[in-house]
Amino acid sequence: MATCKYDWPEAAERHLIGKPISRIDGPAKSSGRAKYTYDINRPGMLFGKVLRCPHAHAKVTSIDISEAKNLPGVKAVRVIQGEGKEILWGGDEIACVAAVSEEVAEDAIRRIKVQYEELPFLVNEEDLERAQSQGHTRAPSVQTKGDPDKAFADPDVVISEGYYGAPVITHCCLETHGQVTEYDGSDHLRVWISTQGVSTIPQQFAEVLGLPATHVEAICDYIGGGFGSKFQIDRWGVECARLSKDAGGKAVKLMLERDAELKVAGTRPSAFAKVKVAAKKDGTLVAWQSEAWGTGGVAGAGVPPLPYVLEGIPNQSKKYTAVSTNTGGARAWRAPNHPQAAVLTLCALDDLAAKLEMDPIEFLTKNTGLAPEHLGETYNDELAKVAELSEWKKYWHPRGRGGSGRIRRGLGVSIHTWGGRGHNSNCDVLIQPDGSVEVRLGSQDLGTGTRTVIAIVAAETLGLPVEAIKVTLGDSRYPYSGASGGSTTVGGVSASTRRGSVDARDQLFAAVAPALGVPPDQLEAAAGHIRVKGNPAKSLSWKQACARLGTKTIQATGKNPGPCELGSSGVGGAQVADVSVDTETGRIKVNRMIAAQDCGLIIDMKTAESQVYGAMIMGISYALFEERVMDDQTGIMLNPNMEFYKLATIGDIPEFIVHMMTGPQYDRRGVIGLGEPPVISPGAAISNAVANAIGVRVPTLPLTPDKVLAALEKA
Amino acid sequence: MQAFEYARPKTAQEAVALLASEWGKSELLAGGSDLLSRMKDDVSAPQRIVSLSGVHELRGIAASARGLRLGALVTLDELETHPAVREHYAGIAQAVEQVGGPQIRNVGTVGGNLCQRPRCWYYRNGFGLLATYKGRPLVPDGDNRYHAIFGNEGPAYFVSPSSLAPILIALGASLRLLGPDGPRDLPVEQFFVTPKSEAEREHAIKPNEVITEVLVPPANGTKSGFYEILQKESLDWPLAMAAVALQMEGRRVEKARVVLGQVAPVPWPSAEAEEALKGKMVSEEVAEEAGRAAASKATPLSKNKYKVQLARVAVKRAVLLAAGLVKKGEV
Ligand SMILES: Cc1cc2nc3c(=O)[nH]c(=O)nc-3n(C[C@H](O)[C@H](O)[C@H](O)COP(=O)(O)OP(=O)(O)OC[C@H]3O[C@@H](n4cnc5c(N)ncnc54)[C@H](O)[C@@H]3O)c2cc1C
Repeated sequence: MATCKYDWPEAAERHLIGKPISRIDGPAKSSGRAKYTYDINRPGMLFGKVLRCPHAHAKVTSIDISEAKNLPGVKAVRVIQGEGKEILWGGDEIACVAAVSEEVAEDAIRRIKVQYEELPFLVNEEDLERAQSQGHTRAPSVQTKGDPDKAFADPDVVISEGYYGAPVITHCCLETHGQVTEYDGSDHLRVWISTQGVSTIPQQFAEVLGLPATHVEAICDYIGGGFGSKFQIDRWGVECARLSKDAGGKAVKLMLERDAELKVAGTRPSAFAKVKVAAKKDGTLVAWQSEAWGTGGVAGAGVPPLPYVLEGIPNQSKKYTAVSTNTGGARAWRAPNHPQAAVLTLCALDDLAAKLEMDPIEFLTKNTGLAPEHLGETYNDELAKVAELSEWKKYWHPRGRGGSGRIRRGLGVSIHTWGGRGHNSNCDVLIQPDGSVEVRLGSQDLGTGTRTVIAIVAAETLGLPVEAIKVTLGDSRYPYSGASGGSTTVGGVSASTRRGSVDARDQLFAAVAPALGVPPDQLEAAAGHIRVKGNPAKSLSWKQACARLGTKTIQATGKNPGPCELGSSGVGGAQVADVSVDTETGRIKVNRMIAAQDCGLIIDMKTAESQVYGAMIMGISYALFEERVMDDQTGIMLNPNMEFYKLATIGDIPEFIVHMMTGPQYDRRGVIGLGEPPVISPGAAISNAVANAIGVRVPTLPLTPDKVLAALEKA
Repeated sequence: MQAFEYARPKTAQEAVALLASEWGKSELLAGGSDLLSRMKDDVSAPQRIVSLSGVHELRGIAASARGLRLGALVTLDELETHPAVREHYAGIAQAVEQVGGPQIRNVGTVGGNLCQRPRCWYYRNGFGLLATYKGRPLVPDGDNRYHAIFGNEGPAYFVSPSSLAPILIALGASLRLLGPDGPRDLPVEQFFVTPKSEAEREHAIKPNEVITEVLVPPANGTKSGFYEILQKESLDWPLAMAAVALQMEGRRVEKARVVLGQVAPVPWPSAEAEEALKGKMVSEEVAEEAGRAAASKATPLSKNKYKVQLARVAVKRAVLLAAGLVKKGEV
């Protein structure tokens, strides 16, 4: 079989790819040398602050900025939404200022006088009837497949009905959204911005500010969390640039306050559903019915993909109603719509398995044929793996048979899927005559290990150690590389880096072939040498080889997509949660989480496993703690802080067992993204484990003591 | 945060002189872990901050035959790790060891802990201590999941946040206040009051008084214990807590003090639980009964019925801890 020259090396020839390698920016991050947007300080820099609307729904009837303007130290004041503007959610931007210090900027904000006409609002959506009666719902979308009525009427099927849900949560990035903007002359803008899409930023600013995109530079060396909420420049970004301009081009730093971060900088939509599922007595799924709803703010919310994963259930009836609420808007949240869909589906299926008195792993395994294409077999392997690693047979018990003690233990399982095809990416691979190597691209490292993966691919291709590669990213002046969303980065940058590195290496082969007396295609790059294939003694050290370049630097551009398929899409994963519930207090302790995950060819085993760990931490957090609390009477968010918007702390994190699926059948698929999939299952797996422990379902996340006690009382 | 004047006196007397005689104008600064967050949220906007960091007479723990003297500036961490506290006043150590996280315990002080303001989310969002909006109380029909289940006939519905107060009350501690007219002593129990109007405070302290120290009577074999229910392992606010002090004759309770926290606008002594324990041999059943008695008169709001159960469990477990029938971590 003729192989393509860019193909990934065969397993036996990989020295770095797939090994556990520590991230190359770890020391910079842990020592504090890594500079985040928050750390950027420019000479003469001003500070920006935003005045936000305190009402959930209101009309601005007047605004007076004169006192703010006259305050000494204030350099610019801008009205963002002035007289006559209808404000649709609390915290929306009204005006902003730039001043010589944060304190003066705050004082100026307090001096802006705004009058509002308050308007009726709705901020909570779990009560669908109320939302409907107040005209806050869209026309439902209805879908039917097969003959669900007939299927449910079959006397031989077992039916389970339940109510499930996950509330609105926020992204709560530890580094809040924001930027520093600075003009260079009147028409060049430089922006340090906390972003998931460095290469996409110039175009966004250019469009609204009327500048050529070539005159905008975006920089983001490090980012403190995005999770899908940091693709846009946002209104505060645009206004920050305008404040700079109004202040004579000076740098302005405008980072969101913590409360604003939680109110307006991104939420994950809620999803609630009444679900009815039916299976034959042997566990074969035959019918699904769901009436679901949710909100993502004024614009409603995206429809969760139901039934999740096992989409081939033959008879289906689905209704979805989007609820419009006067709340901060939704943004993509790590695997948009999937964690909610997993809760609605896999909790319902778990309840059905309990009713059938079947082990849920056996039940799922029986039905994996209903998953798309190739995934069925993957799930079977992954379910078997998590069963083995969790000692499922030893710890699992039929629902409700967890004993009568005060502390009850239970296990739960869930499965998930995601796409993850590599995005568009370009990079320059440079080999200097002194032997140094650099890969440059306008990508970003969200903390996922992007820098490290690029270094590994380049090093593997050039036969060098990882440390020999300098990776430069985070600046829009480098070749365009896509935004980091949809778990597309590792596939994109590893493929572009591979292609660029192969081409750069081939140029080097061409330059040194005469010296080694063989045609270039007889050369290989390995162990820090360029050597003749099959005759390693005939070689030049990397440095000697590069010296042959004279004064000429090699620069090759790698692209994705490009020749030879280096990636694909569509992964599966299975997770088991092991919990203990204190039945007197309703408090849940997660004892262990066990994950099996595939993502095609793994570039770095360590950062891949880290992605799964991080995702499960985030998963425990939203399963047990996170919830945006909106007040029906005032329309405000009651917990826009990290005291009552609860996030898991280190003590809440249990033992993790992570198994990455490897082997020829996974390698063959090339590189596939991993950032999102493992965050999908924890909510369902933990909820199922709790149901297994205490014998009843706690219907909605987060699984707080009040809800656990209420469920126990009902049982 | 509004601009303010900063003063750093050297003595408690000087501190008193720097304080205004009206609320709102000046604030004492100890560890700052509560005050700063209120100032950042614009809930408090003092014109003058009087830092206590230079007032050395307010530091130090002294254990003697007369009992325990805690300077107002003693940090929660110092309290938790002090050998005499751990040995004779186990309930105090248990009460502070899970407050916030290590950072909070390193800066939070005894005086600040007793004087910290409620965490009611309506109050912290600017609707006043009594949480009203357009003349209506917000809590009864609002999100009251973390609010009071005792003493909540209004207009106050918030819960007293201090973890230290219930155990100090159970141990019969008093505190010393220094004002313009000199010092005065007050039982900790009387320091906490339920405000009847927005103009009142939840502490019986005058705007120009400073807590200088807390005096805990000699333990004399009194056994104490504390139990709280947190949802998270750390950096979380307890949902309910209970402090218990038992004078025992062998396993028999001569006299009991049971004080709940996070359940009422003030630390909530439970005469019912005390009665249920009196004269009994402590056992799981007796502890359970004390819990039931403590919760019997609760009047939960629309969303916090679960706290009644948590209060019951907190009392039960605190009794078992105090009596030494279980160790912390086993309950
Ligand atoms: C996430 C989190 C969880 C927490 N959990 C708990 C908990 O479980 N239990 C608990 O008790 N606390 C908890 N806390 C609060 C913390 O314990 C208090 O903030 C701290 O004890 C206050 O002490 P401080 O010295 O920092 O007070 P400061 O912020 O300095 O002062 C608080 C108030 O007391 C006044 N004050 C201070 N000293 C004196 C004095 N000597 N005389 C008169 N007035 C004085 C100040 O003027 C101010 O109004 C938590 C905090 C956080 C952030």
